[in-house]
Amino acid sequence: MTLDQFVQQFAEQFDETPANQFSPSTDYKSLEEWGSLTTLGVITMVDAEMGKRITGSNLLACTTIEELYNFIQRI
Amino acid sequence: MKSRFSLEGKTLLVTGASSGIGRCVAVECAKMGARLVINGRNQERLNQTLGLLEGTVHQAIVADLTDHEAVRAMVEQLPQLDGVSHNAGVTSIGMIKFIKADDWQALSQINVFSAIWLTRCLVAKKKLNKPASVVFTSSISGNDSVRHGEALYAATKSALSGFAKAAALDLAPQGIRVNCVHPGMIETDLFHSSQDALTQDLDEMKKLFPLKRFGNPEDVADGIIYLLSDASSWVTGIELKIDGGYTLI
Repeated sequence: MTLDQFVQQFAEQFDETPANQFSPSTDYKSLEEWGSLTTLGVITMVDAEMGKRITGSNLLACTTIEELYNFIQRI
Repeated sequence: MKSRFSLEGKTLLVTGASSGIGRCVAVECAKMGARLVINGRNQERLNQTLGLLEGTVHQAIVADLTDHEAVRAMVEQLPQLDGVSHNAGVTSIGMIKFIKADDWQALSQINVFSAIWLTRCLVAKKKLNKPASVVFTSSISGNDSVRHGEALYAATKSALSGFAKAAALDLAPQGIRVNCVHPGMIETDLFHSSQDALTQDLDEMKKLFPLKRFGNPEDVADGIIYLLSDASSWVTGIELKIDGGYTLI
């Protein structure tokens, strides 16, 4: 999955936040909609679409979507 | 005189005994005087549990309860039983749109079908004495409340509790009582791994419990001991919530 595709998939886990607010440099934890449900959405998306297991701790440790993408590439 | 809560003289099967609630149930039942047959999938961890049990009359049988033939073979080996504590189970957290058929089938096999099949084999082979007590470790999830991401897990646990009620009715003429415990959030290894997946603030979560703490496996074991003992001899088909008051609010 490319970074652009990842950003798009990431955005799809959000129901209220418009897709155009997401870019590789988005600080996702600062988004108003970020919470337990979106955390769960991203974790299960990464599992289902990329075959990788990440945890909430991993999501807290990263800041931008690109940083998270790079982290996932390394595991 | 022996307390009606005592398990002295009773022979019990405890499944899922290699970890978590099942291991604790085995340890506490042995303390209450029961002779135990413990079951789990992992030989090493099951032997660790065996080593924790008071007394020397106990037996461990390694069997994967999702394997029907393995269950048949285990049931053949079992002595006559006065009670069964079903604890084998796993958790699952995920979003509905990402449900995979394989995951759903695997979870159902472990959490529902294995318990039903074992019960079926025990009844068919007349391994349960009259009277006997069967206790399923279900959950508040799906039965009393749910949290985000629990859809599959909740579905399996409500299926299990539904089966237990029907079994309570069907098996009453044979003197077999069937009950469920519905634990809330219990601090086991499983709990900590699933909470890390979500990174909930555990101290904040504790505040949601009127009794201001998570449960521990002993809290659940005590409820199961009551349901296995003669103290509950007129109790069948109940769902005993053990949740620190979580579902009150």
